Amino acid sequence: MLGRLTIEALPFYSWVAMGGAAVTVGGGIAVFLLITWLRAWKVLWTDWLTSVDHKKIGIMYVVLALVMLVRGFVDALMMRAQQAFSLNTEGYLPPEHFEQIFSSHGTIMIFFVAMPFLTGLINIIVPQQIGARDVAFPFLNSVSLWMTAAGAGLVLISLVVGKFSQAGWTGYPPYSGVEYSPGVGVDYWLWALITSGVGSTLSGINFIVTIVKNRCPGMTFMRMPMFTWTSLCASILIAFAFPALTVVAGQLMLDRTLGFHFFTNGDGGNMMMFANLLWIWGHPEVYILVLPAFGIFSEVVATFSRKRLFGYTSLVYATACIALLSFTVWLHHFFTMGSSADVNAIFGIATMIIAVPTGVKIFDWLFTMYKGRIEFHPSMVYTIGFMVTFVIGGVTGVLLAIPPADYLMHNSTFLVAHFHNMLIPGALFGYFAGLNYWFPKALGFKLDTKWGIRSFWCWIIGFYLAFMPLYVLGFKGMSRRMEHYADPSWQPYLIVAGIGALFVLCGIACIAIQLYVSAKTWGSARDITGDPWNGRTLEWATSSPPAAYNFAVLPEVTDIDAFHDMKILGQAYQTPQHYEDIVMPKNTWVGLALGALAFGLGFAFVWHIWWLVALCFVLSLVCVAIRASDDNSDFVLPAAEVARIERERLAEISPADLHDMRDFVPRGVASGAPLTGTV
Amino acid sequence: MNHSADRSQSTYLTGFVLAVLLTAIPFALVWGGLLVGPAVYAVIAVAAVLQVIVHLVFFLHIDLKSTPVENLFFLVFAAVLIFIMVGGSLWIMMDLHHRMQ
Repeated sequence: MLGRLTIEALPFYSWVAMGGAAVTVGGGIAVFLLITWLRAWKVLWTDWLTSVDHKKIGIMYVVLALVMLVRGFVDALMMRAQQAFSLNTEGYLPPEHFEQIFSSHGTIMIFFVAMPFLTGLINIIVPQQIGARDVAFPFLNSVSLWMTAAGAGLVLISLVVGKFSQAGWTGYPPYSGVEYSPGVGVDYWLWALITSGVGSTLSGINFIVTIVKNRCPGMTFMRMPMFTWTSLCASILIAFAFPALTVVAGQLMLDRTLGFHFFTNGDGGNMMMFANLLWIWGHPEVYILVLPAFGIFSEVVATFSRKRLFGYTSLVYATACIALLSFTVWLHHFFTMGSSADVNAIFGIATMIIAVPTGVKIFDWLFTMYKGRIEFHPSMVYTIGFMVTFVIGGVTGVLLAIPPADYLMHNSTFLVAHFHNMLIPGALFGYFAGLNYWFPKALGFKLDTKWGIRSFWCWIIGFYLAFMPLYVLGFKGMSRRMEHYADPSWQPYLIVAGIGALFVLCGIACIAIQLYVSAKTWGSARDITGDPWNGRTLEWATSSPPAAYNFAVLPEVTDIDAFHDMKILGQAYQTPQHYEDIVMPKNTWVGLALGALAFGLGFAFVWHIWWLVALCFVLSLVCVAIRASDDNSDFVLPAAEVARIERERLAEISPADLHDMRDFVPRGVASGAPLTGTV
Repeated sequence: MNHSADRSQSTYLTGFVLAVLLTAIPFALVWGGLLVGPAVYAVIAVAAVLQVIVHLVFFLHIDLKSTPVENLFFLVFAAVLIFIMVGGSLWIMMDLHHRMQ
């Protein structure tokens, strides 16, 4: 009846496991009680969970990412604490527990922090940047969100029922095969990947179609804001790379569940194919995480340097180059698997080439700052911290790209330091910059800058303290993922790394305090104009938070930095001649139901509860049929209602709230007078 | 209108027949044991690629004249990526195989 699910799956076998389960269950109960106490269930259901509005879906994605960031960081803190003390002792974590922690840390940070964070930011901002009213497929967007949430749910519940994978976040066979990992851990990992991977693929397709088809009049490809460009390239990478992950996870699932032999040694299987397929997805994935962050840095650096982005065209071409090259370097993740010198050399050289367009970008951002009036807003401070730190990671990456050097350093903490050095400044700092930069756009009030700056300093100090020692330890020969060790000269470095993790803890606490303080004093930090930073791109032309339809009248664009030009020409904040009826998608519960069923299906597969697998599958088909036969999925927002919303918005804005654009009017170099045709 | 509906029905039918044929040939070869060795793989691969083209032309109605440029761009991009991924995987795995002998 319940497959292999028995009472022994509950974590009463160890104190650490029980603690983790208690925190997970307790957190769930606390959230449930809080919502009940606030009597917010109805609002939550009608305004959020069933919403197909891209802005609300985006906010929910970011909330998911922040919650999972805390969970993934607790894992990191536990590993650092273990290694700081486990010289010649077992430490406080038994090996099978330590292995689960490093596996879930990687899985969570990539799939359930970085992916939802960037998907959320793209969701909130890209439709507004291209002057669109929604994404191309609003319902599909809701399905993507709940599929991702279902995957996150599977990782979380593995802490309470059963165990998580012990095979690392990459789960190489044969260790992840059924012979060496017979438990449910690897199955939890696989189903979390498959479910959230489907969600990500659908999001990627949705964003591609949105950007290609839904741009407002005049918004040619070479006038799109940089964040839209990087989002487009990242979405293309998602759509083409994620199928490889789904296939490889599906094959391993078949190996484990139905006795197939894709990756076993017998019967013609080949475990090396797993590494090959995983990294065909895995390397583009790195750029999926990093490219949207590059877009955020580009927007932030132009806005807070009060200058047009330097080298827009070169940034576009660099982004496109990175996107294509990212598909040609995957073998550098397994140089030591035994390929011949020819293969290793070609992939090594391709890897070094990819550093070139990235370098172009760094120079473009530096030249944007050159002679700019730089304002040290938290998002700008994160951007500068990124530029300094990311270059170090790039240099160690080019070092690792040399196959002979990689033979010495692969699988060492040098590698761990390198990829954290790319992903923390390169991706996470970008998302934090985006959080500080676009928060008023999403929720209507600004974040507290004081706590934003504090969070930055804690994060960057914590980052250097935590990962620079790991570079040194890698040179000293320390492997990654060691539960305990016998070399006393390593311990001081590991203690420093542990202190670094404590600084990062302060950084996360600062972000929590920042959110709390800002929410408490939100009335005094309201963003009335919808343009708090004197922004340059179209998302600042809408109100904050934007009306459900974003733009009452679709804007017309004649150049990049469309909104900046509108402000100079006095075209912003004008009442149009007339409003029109707007067709909007209705909310629906089907996306949420499909996510819940995907969770049930994954859970049932993990525990071999076959009747539940069949039930969830059939119910999913029923949901799809219900949705597909619903011809009444839109409603019309009448022009009079649009006019009322817009009138109320414009009435609130007084001329004193607007930015003084006189300084930005282009002037002739010789005469100093405004150029004709610009005012 | 009627005329174009007729034409599209006939293209679907042509596509369907071709698709069935291209599926039947590899099945027959393996089931009936008509071919053995590398020749089987070659025939299956060719049939699979032709199958993709049949789907694109007869079911998705892609042609070089009426299809928007963006769609053709993504199609070409997909072809390039498939070449990189499949070709690269074959190269890597053959190289490993060769070195293990």
